[in-house]
Amino acid sequence: MKQFAILVNILGTSTKTNDKLKALQNYFADAPGKDKTWVIALFSGRRPKRIVNSTLLQAWCTEIIGISPWLFEECYHTVGDLAETIALLLPEPAASEGMNEQYTLSWYLETFIRIGKEDEATRKKFITDSWQQLNRNEKFVYNKLITGGFRIGVSQKMMVNALSKVVQVSSSVIAHRISGNWEPATTSFENLLSETGAGSDYSKPYPFYLAYAIEDDLKSLGDIDDWQAEWKWDGIRGQVIKRNNELFVWSRGEELMTDKFPEYNAFKELLPDGSVIDGEIISLAVPAETGVFKPLPFAALQTRIGRKNITKKQLLEAPVGFIAYDLLEYKGNDIREMPLLERRLLLENIIRAVQHPSIHISPVINVNDWDALRQTRLSSRDMGSEGLMLKRKSSIYQVGRKRGDWWKWKIDPLTIDAVMIYAQKGHGRRSNLYTDYTFAVRDGDKWVPFTKAYSGLTDKEFAQVDAFVKRNSIEKFGPVRTVKPELVFEIAFEGIAASNRHKSGVALRFPRMSRWRQDKKPDEINTLDDLKEMLNIYNQGNGNNL
Amino acid sequence: MPLIEFTDKGLFCRQGNFYIDPWKPVDKAIITHAHSDHARPGSMHYLCHHFTKPLLQLRLGDNSYETLDWNQPVFMNGVRVSLHPAGHIIGAAQIRVEYNGEVWVASGDYKTEDDGLSGAFEPVKCNTFITESTFGLPIYNWKKQPDIFNDIKNWVARNKEEKKTSVLIAYSLGKAQRVLQPLSETGLPIFAHGAVYNVHQALINSGWKLPGLTRVQPGTPKEDLLGNIVIAPPSADGTPWMKKFYPYSVGICSGWMQVRGNARRRNTDAGFALSDHADWDGLLQAVKATRAQKVFATHGFQSAFSRYLNEQGIEAGEVKTEYGGEEEDNKSEDFKEGEAINTAPIKEDPL
Repeated sequence: MKQFAILVNILGTSTKTNDKLKALQNYFADAPGKDKTWVIALFSGRRPKRIVNSTLLQAWCTEIIGISPWLFEECYHTVGDLAETIALLLPEPAASEGMNEQYTLSWYLETFIRIGKEDEATRKKFITDSWQQLNRNEKFVYNKLITGGFRIGVSQKMMVNALSKVVQVSSSVIAHRISGNWEPATTSFENLLSETGAGSDYSKPYPFYLAYAIEDDLKSLGDIDDWQAEWKWDGIRGQVIKRNNELFVWSRGEELMTDKFPEYNAFKELLPDGSVIDGEIISLAVPAETGVFKPLPFAALQTRIGRKNITKKQLLEAPVGFIAYDLLEYKGNDIREMPLLERRLLLENIIRAVQHPSIHISPVINVNDWDALRQTRLSSRDMGSEGLMLKRKSSIYQVGRKRGDWWKWKIDPLTIDAVMIYAQKGHGRRSNLYTDYTFAVRDGDKWVPFTKAYSGLTDKEFAQVDAFVKRNSIEKFGPVRTVKPELVFEIAFEGIAASNRHKSGVALRFPRMSRWRQDKKPDEINTLDDLKEMLNIYNQGNGNNL
Repeated sequence: MPLIEFTDKGLFCRQGNFYIDPWKPVDKAIITHAHSDHARPGSMHYLCHHFTKPLLQLRLGDNSYETLDWNQPVFMNGVRVSLHPAGHIIGAAQIRVEYNGEVWVASGDYKTEDDGLSGAFEPVKCNTFITESTFGLPIYNWKKQPDIFNDIKNWVARNKEEKKTSVLIAYSLGKAQRVLQPLSETGLPIFAHGAVYNVHQALINSGWKLPGLTRVQPGTPKEDLLGNIVIAPPSADGTPWMKKFYPYSVGICSGWMQVRGNARRRNTDAGFALSDHADWDGLLQAVKATRAQKVFATHGFQSAFSRYLNEQGIEAGEVKTEYGGEEEDNKSEDFKEGEAINTAPIKEDPL
């Protein structure tokens, strides 16, 4: 555990990618085998189930140090991280030597799994006893293991690169081997990373190939005939896998979603065995009269994510389908090295043969020159898409985000001018800084809150707004400050949908601050009517009301 | 009428007709210490500890200064005023004000751990205590000074090994002097930014014995700096002035470094939670030692701190002041990342 705590500390505090990479390499070279498997699991989002919720953790901590819950809350909102708050509040262990060597990372995690099923008293005893043995840094890491969300400045990609250096296998192969369904408790480091290990799990998805946003002029891409243009659909990227007569649906976040969408059940019968299709999990309507699919806003899909039991009404209002982009495995063979054009032909054949209203091929946009494509892009919103994808026809299917062969070309976001009315302190590197804001539009002489946004300002701007909030707060509701409505921001967003869960009646897709409008006064901002008009314009034909 | 009133110019004693650390020009100002948020220009007469005077002269120029020794009383229209060590920086004083048997103490900024330079904090019994609360949350509990100094020395040694210059960010008045001793123990040459150098000179000239340092000049050869130590104020962090020291590692000395997010935001290589302010336990210990019946908490987490004191049976209120923020080297109003944190007075909870 000591070794792991040091690793996390370096990863969390180092400002240089190379130092982090080196620290990971050293760890993977020296640490006990079982711990290594667990580290791969943790840094790829496979942590054990939470054995206690944060309310209990907080209660046990305040009980030990004897402070009131409100004071804990104050501390938490200042630190912006529960695990760290608890580590800072609890006393340091008396004996500085402390931890026994046998208490390895895997020992702790496997104990979590073991006691997860036992009563609360047992879990409390284990956790509070551990708190007494660990020093502050270790306690922080330990608490992170419990609360999950190991967002400590290391990407999965960086870990894969470090592993690749240590075991001398290319990073794309490593990325594939550590994907899919495996149990860290029962998988050895050697098995996980060996060739045979990867072959034995037939649910395993391929690492996704991701595109960067296009940077240069289109002309620099050369002849348009070398490129395949498609709409960029706004759902969840996913892979549909049919192997051994079983069906697996993975999201890009490597979450197995097979059972979430009953619409996909039919694919098990219809898809040929040994197929892996890359595409978009998306809510869509298929009007009987045209038979052509029409995507519903992302908000529709959101009503389906995370629900185990789906009502008939939800199935009817937000049906989920799959838009196929690419074919990665054909008749059981990995065909990622084949040129896109050839993969596409095979994919077209498969989808044509399936003939099912829940699976469609992503249509190719046929235009003769870049200017025409530029025109086409302007109609993206009418198509229910968020822009275009450009893929070189000769491109192989690569691993991860790569430049050169695939580009995304999103449409400009929608924008609206709004005033900040509430502020709350942020998390992580924004701890103790007011960075999470709620914005309102005008409705007569009232302010109607309609969205939150956390991103888009520079550090310097955040510091200025933070100072403003501290000087101009009106009231305090727990961690939230109501602020004098004075600062105007342009809010950019990708989509808008009706929502009866919000006072304003709308829900925005991916809102962020695009500009601080220091030139505008609150009485010059947009109105609720403007917002509603946007809703009408951009949801014509969808007819959905969520 | 309370002995000390909270006015828009600062803490005011009507009976004695003086202000304590006023933030607007007044006739008579008693100054707790020489940081710019407490010692502001424009007043007619200044009263301070005699250690503070040369520092005020450096910062505010020539003025009418009157100085006192520790515990040396002075009477102003029947009000007895005396200064007591606050342990914050050299010369930092708590102001004890007594009239008709009633005693108020204004703490200014203070810390309870003796840093060996600023004088040991003296608990002063009083009826009413006006306390700072910069770090008034229980997450702020400092390591002992020798342990932090060890951390700093280890960091310097590691940098030396990796052939990097150690750039230590410390406020030019206070922490810059505090870290000099451990840094000098490394045996490496110590360089300093002009702001740090000026304060150092002012102190040396008034008789303080401090380890030596060299001012970084435009002509200082790069090879003299490499692998050695540079002390710089927060306002220099991240400016082109630092280019000269490349390759370097930056370490920040500040109580805010206690929380990882703050260190990450400042993009620092190392954070040392070394503060010239009392931590949570220090604040509580200081408040209790005064045996005050009434406590006013100012600049910092005054809301949480006063609420906690009330829970503990100590009557406490909050006061809004314009103190806070040791941006003594950053006179312009532009917000340097990180430095604006908690420097603005929080006004949402007026007394």
